[in-house]
Amino acid sequence: MPRRRVAITGFGVISAVGRNSAEFWAAISRGISGIGAIEVIDRSQLRFPNAAEVHGYRTEDYFASERTSLLDRFAEFGLIATREAVRTSSIEFTSAARERTAIVTGSAMGGQTTEDIAFWDLYRLQRSRVNPLSVPKIMTNALASHISMEYGITGPAFTLSTACSSSNHAIGHAFWMVREGMVDLALTGGSEAPLSFGNLKAWEAMRVVSSDTCRPFSKNRSGMILGEGGGMLVLEPWDAARARGAEIFGEIVGFGMSADAHHITSPSADGAGRAVKSALADAGLAPEAIGYINAHGTGTLANDATETAVIRNVFGKHADRLAVSSTKSMHGHALGAAGALEAIATILSLRNEILPPTANFVEPDPACDLDVIPNIPRTASCEYALSNSFAFGGLNAVLAFRRPAA
Amino acid sequence: MSDAVAQKVLAAIAQMKKIPPETIALDSSLEELRIDSLDGLNLFFDLEEAFDISIPDEAAKKMQSVRQIVEGLDQLIANKNAPNPLAANQD
Repeated sequence: MPRRRVAITGFGVISAVGRNSAEFWAAISRGISGIGAIEVIDRSQLRFPNAAEVHGYRTEDYFASERTSLLDRFAEFGLIATREAVRTSSIEFTSAARERTAIVTGSAMGGQTTEDIAFWDLYRLQRSRVNPLSVPKIMTNALASHISMEYGITGPAFTLSTACSSSNHAIGHAFWMVREGMVDLALTGGSEAPLSFGNLKAWEAMRVVSSDTCRPFSKNRSGMILGEGGGMLVLEPWDAARARGAEIFGEIVGFGMSADAHHITSPSADGAGRAVKSALADAGLAPEAIGYINAHGTGTLANDATETAVIRNVFGKHADRLAVSSTKSMHGHALGAAGALEAIATILSLRNEILPPTANFVEPDPACDLDVIPNIPRTASCEYALSNSFAFGGLNAVLAFRRPAA
Repeated sequence: MSDAVAQKVLAAIAQMKKIPPETIALDSSLEELRIDSLDGLNLFFDLEEAFDISIPDEAAKKMQSVRQIVEGLDQLIANKNAPNPLAANQD
């Protein structure tokens, strides 16, 4: 079977900057950050007070009470994003379509809030037992399973967990499955809810979280800011989408991945660069075709300087004509959901011809000498864009997108 | 600079890198001692335990040599023992 073009016909999101894609875009296209004081847990014993939290989130606003006992916060975020994505796609699932639909989700940590509560009960409160639904709430594949049950989808369904690259790996594999004809539809993306006390203490010990805010590519950057949320896409063959009269919001045209084989936490320009080149090759694109890169851009000293080197190595002189921004400066680093949030940011950037800025930018860094769209959004028409994810453990995944055809 | 603190820091580095403490110069940088970012995290973790202190990220970033670590720890230990409780929590 010849390769099929893959259209994005639906998307949904929940994040610190919005409970749906309209709110999300309204914030990031204006450079408005969702980073603020952590409220979901007591922050008094943390060295960093801030995160990109979905403030005021209430389970009961989205789920019936009999359902919530089965859902961790991470799975809820993924389901909320899925519902919006399915709604925007106007897809109708027939029984034949359900068998030919894939679900591929990403999450780095799964239901670790549930795990934190269970361990608190055992170790701190000296209880002798934990909630009996802990295991199905904690499992990283819980989101994929709940999506399949909610929509009766019976095709291939699985979850990828590659730390901060999880969603990009998930979306990339779903893209390939649709492109190669293995399935006729895919629901893909990821979700994360990392704001538990135990997990935040683990991040504190890594000394990579800023006590201030996320300032990617800025000389005074002081680290990342953890975020939470979910993002989901509906992918289907271009011709099928056209045939059913669906609105096509954009296209995925390439996916590349690589491993650094270098260090468990320090990034490698060589490894990440191979993932970027691989995505370009998969898309059949010359580097000069790319107009915008949604960077991994965590705001750590190491990532941003290395990512700059990656972009310079791969793009050569074209690096000076590229626009690059890190939307993590607004929605935070949502770990296994990062790629999904950033895919939606990238699709909307191409479609709406506005490039979101790198917010919280203060001072240029010679080690990050790219056009990083500091603070002010930019009107620009680009045909192709990349979205980078470079994970702890040196696992890299890069997606290439194309704006919807006129 | 406190001798007692210096001895503990040298011992911690010696144990981590499996080298005799007397071979470690006070002015050695962490890079020269082949202590990478992850080793550094473990070293600071051990020193926090040893001295019952919290090393803020900003202070840790300034600890790039054995001498800087000892001087930084001296300061944090002095703050911890200071009468003003606010001074001990300057993160």
